[in-house]
Amino acid sequence: MKTMKFRFIAGATMAAAFMLLGGCEAYAMHIMEGFLPPGWSLFWTAVSLPFFVLGFRLMRKIVADNPRMKLLLAMVGAFAFVLSSLKIPSVTGSCSHPTGVGLGAIMFGPSVMSVLGAIVLLFQALLLAHGGLTTLGANLFSMGIAGPFVSYGIYKLADGMKAPRSMAVFLGAALGDLVTYVVTSLQLAAAFPSATGGFAAAMFKFLGIFAVTQVPLAVSEGILTVMVYNAILSYAGETMFGSATLSGEVK
Amino acid sequence: MMKKSILKNLLLAALVIALAVVPLMTLKHAEFGGADGQAEEAITELYPSYEPWFAPFWEPPGGEVESLLFALQAALGAGVLGYGLGFLRGKGESAGAGQP
Repeated sequence: MKTMKFRFIAGATMAAAFMLLGGCEAYAMHIMEGFLPPGWSLFWTAVSLPFFVLGFRLMRKIVADNPRMKLLLAMVGAFAFVLSSLKIPSVTGSCSHPTGVGLGAIMFGPSVMSVLGAIVLLFQALLLAHGGLTTLGANLFSMGIAGPFVSYGIYKLADGMKAPRSMAVFLGAALGDLVTYVVTSLQLAAAFPSATGGFAAAMFKFLGIFAVTQVPLAVSEGILTVMVYNAILSYAGETMFGSATLSGEVK
Repeated sequence: MMKKSILKNLLLAALVIALAVVPLMTLKHAEFGGADGQAEEAITELYPSYEPWFAPFWEPPGGEVESLLFALQAALGAGVLGYGLGFLRGKGESAGAGQP
């Protein structure tokens, strides 16, 4: 009973979120195609590639060890798909979207999300002209690597400090979401330092655009992640994914 | 116990909705454009001469098609997520280990 109600509520939340989007212009919040100079495009691609390879290997190992994990992997990827399509209005008067990568990072460890994040980014770059192929490496680093690693780290830290599980998941997902956009600001500021104020002035400018907009969305992402995490946990049980082999993957 | 968790989820859902509705209600004249569009402007401000050196191969023709593709993305994700939750729940029930 509880579970069916939950699903209804989750569905209603998403439906309501959709209705709100009428007022939003369609944009994704990643770095736009062609908007990073070639040198930086190459740099971020080179930085992201090892994480992607590592994540891909780990994912294959997870599936080989326990084929049932395929379903859970698909589900955390699907969660990122849903959340990164929801452009939500924010206090700054502009729209942004959550990333949805925190859930998978908490359940499977951060490197797996570099693969799932890449799939989401590729979908948006090719079909929606959001983000882009030349900026894929940079966007993957912010959304598929930095965000998930912070999510995972915060979750482990809070869990280690005996915080309630829901609180640890909330903090991990929300802060990972926020960090993604801080990193985006950093990437843009590094590529486009202000002529007068240098890197710091540009960073401040981009932070004002991305990070401030993202604060309420990070809270939303944290809440939604807790709801879905709790649902998966109550259906799949601790035995299936609360085990040490899953959450303790990072080396 | 059951009632408590329903109430908790309802409250959480209300909070998520409120987080999106409050800016809409309070900022009457805002355009709610995308944050990346603003970043584009900021770049042009900092470097007026910067030209994007690469263009997307394909762009959705018009906002409606774009909305369609975004809705498709969400629908695909929600479908897989819902299938997974239902599968896990059903399996838990048939094994007798899940929730009643």
